[in-house]
Amino acid sequence: MIDLALLQDVLQEPELIDWEWLKENFWEDIVPAVQGHIFLSVISVAVALVIALPVGILSARYRKIYPPVTFVTGILYSIPSLALFAILISIPGVAIGPTPVIIALVAYSLLILIRNTVAGLDAVPPETIDAAKGMGLTGRQILLRVELPLALPIIVAGIRIATVTIIGIATIGAYISGGGLGALIFDGINRQFPTMIIAGAVLATLMAIIADLLLLGVERYLRPWARARRA
Amino acid sequence: MDKILAVFARPDFLEKLREHIVLSVVALLVAIAIALPVALLVRNTRLGAAIAINIGNVGRAVPSLAILALALPLLGIGFKAALVALTALAIPPILINTSTGLREVRQEIIDAARGMGLSESQILTRIQLPIAAPVIFAGIRTSAVQTVASATLATFIGAGGLGDLIVEGLQRRGPEILLAGAFSVALLAIITEIGFGWLERAFTPKGLKIAQKRR
Repeated sequence: MIDLALLQDVLQEPELIDWEWLKENFWEDIVPAVQGHIFLSVISVAVALVIALPVGILSARYRKIYPPVTFVTGILYSIPSLALFAILISIPGVAIGPTPVIIALVAYSLLILIRNTVAGLDAVPPETIDAAKGMGLTGRQILLRVELPLALPIIVAGIRIATVTIIGIATIGAYISGGGLGALIFDGINRQFPTMIIAGAVLATLMAIIADLLLLGVERYLRPWARARRA
Repeated sequence: MDKILAVFARPDFLEKLREHIVLSVVALLVAIAIALPVALLVRNTRLGAAIAINIGNVGRAVPSLAILALALPLLGIGFKAALVALTALAIPPILINTSTGLREVRQEIIDAARGMGLSESQILTRIQLPIAAPVIFAGIRTSAVQTVASATLATFIGAGGLGDLIVEGLQRRGPEILLAGAFSVALLAIITEIGFGWLERAFTPKGLKIAQKRR
């Protein structure tokens, strides 16, 4: 005989996932958190690209500025995110909210994006540039029509690493009211409600993995020569 | 400035610093003890290495706060839960770099070693590991910096560390406590980064350094 009372006890253990709560709060809590997270990540990567592309192109051209650029962005990159958030909101005029979170996320992306831009431009074969010169292209045309398109797969590889990193760090931004999926995690910790913690953590992980795969697809698509070789 | 320095003189500052370092060092050591043997075990099979690298890649996509927060409902509050979470976070970079580092040792070199009569274990210890050492150390360095950074989040699951100061500063609106915590964590991470960078160079075999210079 199965001890029914015992079985009932086990089934009524405080469950890790309260599916009812998830259903009830799907539109109110979960969807806005996902949207907020996508917003933070997309804005940050976009702003970081606007800064990193020109700096990367200049660093590839004028080699002297590359070491100091990687030194400064490398220091920024190694500052733990909670510490960087804390330092940012201590600056007079910076209030808690999405702004300091986006600033920090941009700071974290710079090293990866600049490094990959330089590596991408370095990987362009000198013969190709010579050929473009021979065809009478100007310096600007060579950059826009030859070098950047050829460097694009490596630049996208950098965007991919930066995006995955940013999606992860953005969760911590919720601690200074940046919103996003981290808000679910911190609310769950404060209320001691595992369902919220798990929902936030699992969705943030899923989002990072999906972004990783999507950008990997873009990277492959931009390397038609690699596809042709494989076929 | 004086107020910030006063926080460093607080009796619990050294205690939190100690917690932070112990948590990071133990997690890193356990992660090395797990990731290195696994990477060594799978090094000779293409499938095994592919699985190790893919698990590592997926693992690296998991946000650090997600792992730490998940440890809370599963393992409870405190040092042990944080240690398990930080170890899980530290494994992927070491696993990926050791696997790829060993894999990238050129086959000609291994063939030459075999031709010279070295046994398989000698090939591993005298050829493959020294050549892969810089890549392996780069992985350990990534893990170490990441672990020091993530240990800041241990405060959210009651495991102490310097993150305590940041949280205390935010909650009591004490900017000096907040900044003292933030600066010490940042400094610890930068020291870790530079220190392991030095280790990486120290463990690069002389022959490889010459080859790097020539390039």
